[in-house]
Amino acid sequence: MNAPVTVTALQAKDFKSDYKPVWCPGCGDYSVLTGITKALAMLGLRPENVAVVSGIGCSSRIPAYTTCYGFHGVHGRSLPAATGLKAARPDLTVLVASGDGDGYSIGGNHFLHACRRNVDLTYIVMDNHVYGMTKGQPSPTTEPDWSSKLAPGGTGLREFHPLVIALASGANFIARGFSGDPNGLAALIAEAVRHPGFSFVEILSPCVTFRPEQREWKQAVHPAPVEPTDDPARAARRLMTDDGFNIGVLYKGDRPAFSGKTSEPLQSVEDLECQFRL
Amino acid sequence: MPVPTLEDFMSRAYAMELEATERYAQFAEQLDTHNNREVAQLFRKLAQIEGLHAKRILEEMGWPSVPALPPAFAWESTEAPETAPFDALHYLMQPWHALEIALRCELQAVQYFDGIAAGAVPERVRAAAKEMAEEEREHVALIKEWMKKVPRPAPGWDEDPDPPRLSE
Repeated sequence: MNAPVTVTALQAKDFKSDYKPVWCPGCGDYSVLTGITKALAMLGLRPENVAVVSGIGCSSRIPAYTTCYGFHGVHGRSLPAATGLKAARPDLTVLVASGDGDGYSIGGNHFLHACRRNVDLTYIVMDNHVYGMTKGQPSPTTEPDWSSKLAPGGTGLREFHPLVIALASGANFIARGFSGDPNGLAALIAEAVRHPGFSFVEILSPCVTFRPEQREWKQAVHPAPVEPTDDPARAARRLMTDDGFNIGVLYKGDRPAFSGKTSEPLQSVEDLECQFRL
Repeated sequence: MPVPTLEDFMSRAYAMELEATERYAQFAEQLDTHNNREVAQLFRKLAQIEGLHAKRILEEMGWPSVPALPPAFAWESTEAPETAPFDALHYLMQPWHALEIALRCELQAVQYFDGIAAGAVPERVRAAAKEMAEEEREHVALIKEWMKKVPRPAPGWDEDPDPPRLSE
């Protein structure tokens, strides 16, 4: 007779792998890793039931630093890989990690369609307004007047507004967090995972190497002064007038998550073959 | 968050020490990775000291194992009062900077325990909070002494003539 199996609750440290992160000391991504591992422990999940999928960039190193299943994929293509995984293994909790370059530029198109499809994923974007891994080029969220050696005088380009884009494209949950508050991040991520459909969590995560002035973000962030809404029109007005530093859940929709099921009955292989018969 | 019993208070104090231990250990790892061995060593020592404090709480309370800890979000601020923030580090930082971080954390701990002692709490909790605040004050004094023994960083300490990531 088999002995009863005792399942003990895991702690955040049980979700951290033995690989030591190589981010710069002071980087916000350390805090995001802590937030993710605390959230997974809070949710009572086990590493073997979670997959973390990423693209390329500093933020995309996260899968290796967890004990969950991980996929460190192609630049900007974390969302298609995660979508395929969730469709094939709906039993898994799938987190997707990205940065502002990987997620909004190279992977910008996939971002739109992932929001539209509303597959049950949690998309965590660590936004530092710069390409950190490749030495500090301006990213889609860089301010137009941020002057650097690589973009003297700034790009002059209007910033991408990921939260507005997510709402317009159909994301079912939209939140913003700040890496200076790892416990708050854990709560946001846990709520995002619990919410059905495509949950988007934008995290302000300073790059202390190329944007040291972002250390001041801790003075700028503030809790969103309003409760989350399920009304897209109201959420749109809020997000369009947002100062970029409102922290919290900003939109919670009620669209059912993509299930992969169609209303048409499935055809048998024989039926399909009939259509191609000469 | 209310602290109705001595057990609640001591489990909070234990959680505080535990978080501080974990954070200093993480800092040590980060600076090891970036080859700043001297400061990594110092953070490891700080982690060890905080770990001993946590252990002592368990012993004093006669708890055979870790008590039920308050939820991570129960702190009045974003993290526990004695936990150093992630953004406090720099890869060129010197031992004096690490001690400065530790000093700030100890002062926050004093303020936290003083706050509890001054609040509307049962007498046993007040006495314990006063004792903890006193202990943290001793740590403040020790760190101040320690800081006298390490050189104060010269201006421009963070300037690296050969930075690992130069945006040329």
